[in-house]
Amino acid sequence: MSLLEVKDLRTSFFTDAGEVRAVNGVSFNLDHGKVLGIVGESGSGKSVTAYSIMQILASTGKIVGGSIKLDGQELVGAGEQVMKTVRGNKVSIIFQDPMTSLNPVYTIGHQLMEAITLHTNRNKQQAKERAIEMLRLVNINEPEKRMKQYPFEFSGGMRQRIMIAMALACEPDILIADEPTTALDVTIQAQILELMKSLQDELGMAIIMITHDLGVVAQMCDEVIVMYAGSICEQGTADEIFYNPRHEYTKGLMRSIPSTATAGKKLQPITGTPIDLLNMPKGCPFAPRCDAAMKICLRERCERMVINEEHQAACWMNVKLGVEDGSIVLDEKGGDAE
Amino acid sequence: MSENKNQPLLEVKDLKQHFNINMGMFKTKPLKAVDGVSFTINKGETLGLVGESGCGKTTVGRTILHLYKPTSGEVWYNGKLLKTKEDIHEFRKHATMVFQDPYSSLNPRMTVADIIGEPLDVHKLYSSQAERRERILELMSHVGLNSEHASRYAHEFSGGQRQRIGIARALAVNPDFIVCDEPVSALDVSIQAQVINMFDELQDKLGLTYLFIAHDLLVVRHISDRIAVMYLGKMVELADAAEIYDHPLHPYSKSLLSAVPVPDPKIARANQRIMLQGDIPSPLNAPSGCPFRTRCPYATEQCAAEMPEFKEVSAGHFVACHRVGEVN
Repeated sequence: MSLLEVKDLRTSFFTDAGEVRAVNGVSFNLDHGKVLGIVGESGSGKSVTAYSIMQILASTGKIVGGSIKLDGQELVGAGEQVMKTVRGNKVSIIFQDPMTSLNPVYTIGHQLMEAITLHTNRNKQQAKERAIEMLRLVNINEPEKRMKQYPFEFSGGMRQRIMIAMALACEPDILIADEPTTALDVTIQAQILELMKSLQDELGMAIIMITHDLGVVAQMCDEVIVMYAGSICEQGTADEIFYNPRHEYTKGLMRSIPSTATAGKKLQPITGTPIDLLNMPKGCPFAPRCDAAMKICLRERCERMVINEEHQAACWMNVKLGVEDGSIVLDEKGGDAE
Repeated sequence: MSENKNQPLLEVKDLKQHFNINMGMFKTKPLKAVDGVSFTINKGETLGLVGESGCGKTTVGRTILHLYKPTSGEVWYNGKLLKTKEDIHEFRKHATMVFQDPYSSLNPRMTVADIIGEPLDVHKLYSSQAERRERILELMSHVGLNSEHASRYAHEFSGGQRQRIGIARALAVNPDFIVCDEPVSALDVSIQAQVINMFDELQDKLGLTYLFIAHDLLVVRHISDRIAVMYLGKMVELADAAEIYDHPLHPYSKSLLSAVPVPDPKIARANQRIMLQGDIPSPLNAPSGCPFRTRCPYATEQCAAEMPEFKEVSAGHFVACHRVGEVN
């Protein structure tokens, strides 16, 4: 049994304009001590997936189907009392913007100790010791003095360190990091990623790393999920995804990243604009932007196919390339290339 | 790439931009956002300007265009020093800017046609309404927008399309030189590539010269001919794009480049990052001497005492470091 089992998760937002299916049938497992990367562009549903696990969705959002099992315990429909024991204790989250995630009118010490006393049986003195220990763990100098300072007295990188300290104070099994370094400069980003990696080695928690930056994924993740328009396109080990991409969207993403090799040449962007979640096409959500789209792509959504034991992808191209799971025969569907 | 590539279009000499920050009780303190920067940009080339937040790269771009009045220093355009108001007004027909945030840099109450047409109005670049309209449609087709978009408002467009509107506006006066201030950093990867290609195509088609300011080093490497690195208001290194990537000389450039996450798991795992300790000091309390010395693993007493000279160490490769010979 995996630590976290997400199965066919569906989360929708009910807006005036209609139902927005932000997460539309997402399934994955996460094991102890692994780093799972979720990549995708804005609106792909990567953050909503994480917020659904924590059940911290905005008031218009609702999990409309599927199951989330943490250590075998079902979380969908489990109620707020259960979730309170999950959040912070078993699953913690850090957000993109360390500037707004801390309360400006309380000291760092107060905020750290609040999290600790709320989730554990420690008294105030023990909580204080634990908070100082956590600050030391994330390499904040003079933690005793820093405890009495307010968020504005810290730089962006240090605030993100404090968020990490807070998230890890109760030794969660899973740390969800929602674009943890996007707001930071590149040398500070390197420090934070290094810190997360070493803490993971030390404490052994699993990490869900949500990011749009494939460079961060390559550096941090064991496994990768690529999302587009609320669904998983492709999932596999980092090496498989980077060196053997099997979904046209993933391939397009890789091609559109500038690098030393592309200098002086044209990039190969993905054409068109991201999909409107209110008007989802019938077939593959990526088909309208896909250069390799076939007739079948516009008509029918591709189920996930097993490429190998470390790799799954939901792309009809794989059928064309001869990866058959037995149930699909290309000719009958008339799915020849156009 | 034109044949007069080695002719300087823009020369910046010892440019300084100090902002007076109110410290309370009628006291002010100068914030040295840009502190003595010199460089040239040749015709038809792209100079990339990189650095972390607060290093002054955006201020350099804005000060060149005289959106801020320079504290001191000179900007020469096409061999002519910009001095008077008239010089600057004339200069702005040749030099424009594309801004970072495609959401806040377009007026929500103006139609796309009016946004793109405004520079034409300001500089009186048309003789009839028909000519104005024709020019606007031409500009829109340059950046891949349809004529039916002309009467719409900015909020009806996605981020990538808004950035296209911003670029069309920058092209309206038929400029030779464009300051691109983080033009793609607010965009998704797939859209970013479209816009970068457009910058490339426009440069070829219209013979443009760019100052390309960005913090994403992969993007800058892709688009630039030469790259300049800034740290705390000072330029620390300037060289050919390939040269600075393959042989960075300044310790800051080295660690900056090694910190870039490479989208390739095998390289990323093998990569030896040069970790910098601590954060960038506040520009209000910049260290004495070399600004980087507080985080530099090679700093000596000399580095604290005096600012190293920005000098040419090999053809076209400029570095400001006392110990450049010893640490490389």
